Amino acid sequence: MTGDTSNLWLIMVIIGGGTFVIRFSFIWLFGRGTIRPGIQRTLRFVPAAVLSALIMPSFVLSQQVGWSLANPRLWAGLVAAGVAARTHNVLLTILAGMGTLWVLSALWSV
Amino acid sequence: MTTRQATFFSGVKASSPLILGMVPFALIAGIAAVNAGLSTLEALAMSYIVFAGAAQLATVDLVGQQAPVIVIVFTALIINLRFFMYSAAIAPHFQGLPLHARGGLAYLLTDQAFAVSMTAYNRGRHEYKAWFYLGAAMTMWLTWQIGTSIGVFVGARVPESWSLEFAIPLTFLALLLPSVKDRPCVVAAISAGILALVGAGLPYNLGLFLAALGGIGAGVLADTRKSHDR
Repeated sequence: MTGDTSNLWLIMVIIGGGTFVIRFSFIWLFGRGTIRPGIQRTLRFVPAAVLSALIMPSFVLSQQVGWSLANPRLWAGLVAAGVAARTHNVLLTILAGMGTLWVLSALWSV
Repeated sequence: MTTRQATFFSGVKASSPLILGMVPFALIAGIAAVNAGLSTLEALAMSYIVFAGAAQLATVDLVGQQAPVIVIVFTALIINLRFFMYSAAIAPHFQGLPLHARGGLAYLLTDQAFAVSMTAYNRGRHEYKAWFYLGAAMTMWLTWQIGTSIGVFVGARVPESWSLEFAIPLTFLALLLPSVKDRPCVVAAISAGILALVGAGLPYNLGLFLAALGGIGAGVLADTRKSHDR
């Protein structure tokens, strides 16, 4: 999949600049400012919500057939989720998921 | 060795077990960038300018899907909102340092450097805190730059039949599960996931954006309800 990269430098500079501002924010104020408890409670859900929204379609919806139990990525995702929950290990999770995908794709295409 | 240097190397040592977990993530970020159509220079530059793995992977993913600039920027920045929390929590430990030094430390702020340093501070490290952090953060920075560079250079040679783009959601999955610590977090993750499926057909990848916001909202609601129950 090859995208349009004509705006890429603009994208990188805005994201890089914005990310630096976020990282520097409170370190710059060095403890003079504090996050209001309400905002802190909201921010703590950001990783779980964003990561889940990012990955769910790639596991559940196949580009060819949409929603299907014959989608090897669904099963690969489940196996990887089991490994991730048990080990909290990125490398093992990737290996388990990719391995399952390769095996199932090979089996189902014969 | 001076105490400063020794403290710096304690930070390096404390963060070194995390190198192994970061390497595959970095390799994939580099490979994915090249596969999405970025030039070698662009792919390498992204790791220096953005220096945030999840945001880089999401950016590359969305560039590959030809999402509009505004959606890409907002998605990446939402992912990086968590750094507000880290910045606030670690700021008191950097008090008294000059502004440019704090700026440099802020650029290096990552999930890993934050976690390793806060653990050390909570266990009673009171001297040269910034040097300890610098040791941990530089280790993570170097690992990321070397890992993504290798990914960029091998990326073009990986055959498409390996479906290596599938490693992106797998990496995110490995990061997601440890971040789901309690019921409201589970609610946030599940709601966001379902909303992302429902909204997958929306134009401009808006589904992703709305699902993330909806998931955060659902988490807050579940949290409020939980504290009312008490």
